[in-house]
Parts: sequence; C-alpha cells; structure tokens
Amino acid sequence: MIGIAFALIFFYAPLDADQGFIQKIFYLHVPLAIVSLSGFVFGGLLAIGHLRTGERKWDMRSYVAIHLALIFGFAGLITGSIWAKASWGHWWEWSEPTLVSYLIVLLLFATYQPLRFSIEDPERQARYASVFAIVAGAFVPLNFIAVRAAQKFVHPRILTLGGGNLPGSMRLTFVISLLAIGLLYVTFWKFEMAAKNARGQLRAARRALLGDDAVRPMGRSAAPS
Amino acid sequence: MTMLEFAAPALPLHTAGPYVAAAYIVFVLVVLVYVAIMAVRLQRTERELVRLRRELADGRDATAGSLLSEDREQEPVA
Repeated sequence: MIGIAFALIFFYAPLDADQGFIQKIFYLHVPLAIVSLSGFVFGGLLAIGHLRTGERKWDMRSYVAIHLALIFGFAGLITGSIWAKASWGHWWEWSEPTLVSYLIVLLLFATYQPLRFSIEDPERQARYASVFAIVAGAFVPLNFIAVRAAQKFVHPRILTLGGGNLPGSMRLTFVISLLAIGLLYVTFWKFEMAAKNARGQLRAARRALLGDDAVRPMGRSAAPS
Repeated sequence: MTMLEFAAPALPLHTAGPYVAAAYIVFVLVVLVYVAIMAVRLQRTERELVRLRRELADGRDATAGSLLSEDREQEPVA
C-alpha cells in the first residue's frame, strides 16, 4: 500500500501550480499528522475501556496506540519542518497556529511515558495513565477546532468538510497516502500488541511451569506488564 | 538523480529535490528503526522461549531420572 501511494505521489499526481515539486511532501506530512492525532484519540478511547473494565489489556492497547502515535507524530513534525524550510524559508514558524498547536499536542503526549515511569505500582500506573490518555485525547479535537476557528491562517485550508479544493488526481493520491499511513499504523499496532502479548504469555508460562522464582522481576518500567 | 532528471526534465530537482528526498528519507528511517527495535525484542522473546524449553526438558530429565532411581530402589532383591 505504501508502495502504491509512493508511486501515485511521484508518477500520477500532477505538480502543484503554486509550490511545484515541494508539494510532494504534503502527501507524507499531512497523513502522518492526521494518523498521529487519530492515534492519540484512539489511545484515549482504549483507555476508557480500561477504566470501565479494569482489565490490563486495555491499558496495554492504549499504551501501544499512544506510543506509536508519538512516533508517527515526530515523523510528521520533522517532515513538516522540512516542508516549512523549503516553502517558507524557515524550519519553524512560531506565529503559525497549526504548527504550534501540533507541537503542544506532541509535547503533551511526550509526558505520557515519564508519567507512567514515575508511578511504581502497576495498578496505579495503569489507572493514572488511562485518565491522562482520556483527558489528553479529548484535548486533541478541541485543539483542532480551536485552530480552525482562529482567524489568522498561514497553513493552506485544502481539506474541508465541504470537499476542499484539491483536484481529483491529487485528492485520490492523498486519500491513498492517508490510507497507506493509516494501515501502517494499524499494522504496527497489531504487531507490537502481538509481541507484548507473546512476552506476557511467556512470563506467565514460565511462572506456571517453573514457579515465581524462575521469573526475573520486571523492575520499574513505563510499559504495562 | 540524473536518470530522474532525464525522465522528468520539468521537475525542479535542483531546489526542491533535496527537501523532498529528506522528508521521505526521514519517514523510511523512522519505519526502519522501529522495525529493527521490534525485531530485537522479538529475538529476545524467542531466546527466552528456547531457554524455557531447555529448562523444561532438563527438569523432565531430572524427574525421570529420580523416578528411575526410586524404581530401582523398590525392586525386590532376588
């Protein structure tokens, strides 16, 4: 899917009349930003599952969703910064509300791991992390709406509920890119969940077969055990 | 780059090319680093699984050995 998206980006989508070849970064940067923000909200929704049921698997799912959204988010931030340099001549523009609000969201979620690490008791860690994930996850759409409602814009508004102003071939390329990045996120999420579950099952099997002494203590960790 | 310029001479690669390449390289690097970290973790899990199997096999051998010696002790002496 990523391959198809890249092929469409470079061989199908026409060059932008205003920005030219630099606009190709749009097909990577915007899907990364959208998927990362959706990942934060997804993490918050999964954290609701943990608070409702008390089951640790929901905390694990929420942790992996936020952890991956952070990775995608920083990739989006770097690609956006490169685009800004190429198009505006600056790596960063503090007067641009979309950029700054995105940075605030990323920095907010960057505190998620230290918060987890600071709490030693696994039960309390999971509970506090879930509350944080829900509140911070709710902040993401609010932040998005606040920026959209702001008057001063530098970022082009090409994606709107009314259809936006992307031509057909560019729109198709963008949708495929968004789908590809979204699928990559979901694939990584499932992959990491399977890896963490396998590790957990292995520890449980070791404990059941050889006793508690055979399992090394986990030590303090930000990741759910 | 020369081949790409030959194939698509209209592309302003001299100015935009390095930036676009940098953005896509960042993305590919992030994906590669993530996959590499996950591969290392999976290898660790696999090693632990092998160790658990070995310890279980050793434990079974030891149990079988002790049972065998118990049986020998209980055998009536003719």
